[in-house]
Amino acid sequence: MRVFWTLWKREVASAFHTPMAWIILFFLLLVTGFNFYAGVSALNHGPTEVTVVESFFNTIFFWFSFLLLFPLLTMRLFSEEYRSGTIEPLMTAPVRDAQVVLAKFFGVLFLYCVLWLPTLLYFVIFWWQTRIQAAGALGAYFGAYLLLLLMGAFYLSIGCLCSSLTRHQITAAVMSFCLISLVFFASLLTFLSGSIGTLMRSISISFSPIDQMTEFSRGLYDTRPIIWYFVMTGLSLFLTLQSFQSRRWR
Amino acid sequence: MIVVNGLTKSYGSTDAIRDLSFSVKKGEIVGFLGPNGAGKSTTMRILCGYLPADAGEVRIAGFDIFSQSIKARSRIGYLPENVPLYTEMRVGEYLSYRASLKGVRPRRIAEKVEDALELCNLRHVGRQLIGTLSKGYRQRVGLADALVNEPDILILDEPTIGLDPNQIRDIRNLIKSLATRHTILLSSHILSEVEMTCSRVMILNKGRIVATGTPAELRERTGFPLSGAIHLELLAPESAAAQILSQLPGIASVCALGKNGDWTNLEITPASGDPRVVIFEEIVRQGWKLRELSARETSLEEVFTSLVGPSAKISLAPASLTK
Repeated sequence: MRVFWTLWKREVASAFHTPMAWIILFFLLLVTGFNFYAGVSALNHGPTEVTVVESFFNTIFFWFSFLLLFPLLTMRLFSEEYRSGTIEPLMTAPVRDAQVVLAKFFGVLFLYCVLWLPTLLYFVIFWWQTRIQAAGALGAYFGAYLLLLLMGAFYLSIGCLCSSLTRHQITAAVMSFCLISLVFFASLLTFLSGSIGTLMRSISISFSPIDQMTEFSRGLYDTRPIIWYFVMTGLSLFLTLQSFQSRRWR
Repeated sequence: MIVVNGLTKSYGSTDAIRDLSFSVKKGEIVGFLGPNGAGKSTTMRILCGYLPADAGEVRIAGFDIFSQSIKARSRIGYLPENVPLYTEMRVGEYLSYRASLKGVRPRRIAEKVEDALELCNLRHVGRQLIGTLSKGYRQRVGLADALVNEPDILILDEPTIGLDPNQIRDIRNLIKSLATRHTILLSSHILSEVEMTCSRVMILNKGRIVATGTPAELRERTGFPLSGAIHLELLAPESAAAQILSQLPGIASVCALGKNGDWTNLEITPASGDPRVVIFEEIVRQGWKLRELSARETSLEEVFTSLVGPSAKISLAPASLTK
């Protein structure tokens, strides 16, 4: 366990010692800030069907920056160590492969959480300024951020997997972006074919992040996506471990 | 301390090492010598548990490196070739991280890091970013990392490559001073370096050990403890001296090189062994005056060339700089 914490601390520290984390944080806040502004000003023009939480989390601005986040956060994780050769001192220390994979994953997950923390300020300010009852709907906030965390964990683990496959960061970024987009937009397949069965349609809708966010950001929690994300994160971390261990016989 | 048995490793269809067996006893400094691509780094990576072998057994301080990898690895301090380091970390911070990773107890980390900084003469750069350090300092950081948990065994892959002569001397002295506490296996393609630091040398070529022994033993094995000619400068009539000396036992030929003022220069080629004492005694008997009697000992370069053939190129430049 001590080895895990040592590795985890280094992962987190190294992310903040390089400008990457700060640049991502800056642009994420820029985009979400604009997104929030647009959501609030839409409310000024008259009544809408969506809450401010939903209008924040379920717009094209939000999802676009959301999807771009993962390749940027994860591409260096393993690739950088392969390329610079630091993997050699790392793996000749008495460290297990699983400890390295988990430390890297939880390190980047922590970073991801830190990136979203400042966005809470928007809602605090909103509630403080408007004092309307809907602005203090804790269930909606909790649901939205919970889904953000679960989806983040899954997509970050896909990023880990891609980074563990190659020594080139850009290749890892492109791979993870494609894979994550594929998973994210899988539900859009229903629009392509009208002849798809109603069962398939309902399955694909329950896996659609956009539909999930619509529910969660209204405070309606569904356990199916929660379990789905847990299982998929575990699976993809398991694959990462396999790919990481494969360096020995590659 | 290190026992290697029948180690074999190939990359695709090319064999990196074939059926390698050797052992290193406690307190020895053993040098791995070989041209580039001889399999030195591959062997060291296998010994440290970084690469698996195709066949064979490695025991580190009694632990099998494949089945008891964590225990075996915690007894090794490894300095990889080219010393990859996290450039965004500070020297002291990096060493603390490595000490913690290697299982040094939290209370003792600061003390061990201080010791390693002191030993490798790094104290004044302890707060500097590794990325801003020169090659020589990085090499020392790598060495401090290998030392920080005081492992029984040090495996150093080309510890002096890319350093300037002063830095080479520093690192070499440091390695020698470490021998009292650690068993050391180091690799090099510079012969004089191995000759100076190691108590035993293993010469590796194309993945096989072609010779092993102390530098002196290896020199004897070639049959010529002396190589080339013996040079003499003496006060004597040239032709008479050449005539008398050529009759001595163990001398193949004598060649007059002309006069340097009053002094006669002769070059003697020995037939076998070392005839220097015989020559000296004859000169004393004749009552000649002698101001130079010199011979060159066989260097490991020549041993090496005689073992692996002249095609295997060995770098000589750093050796002549630092001798």
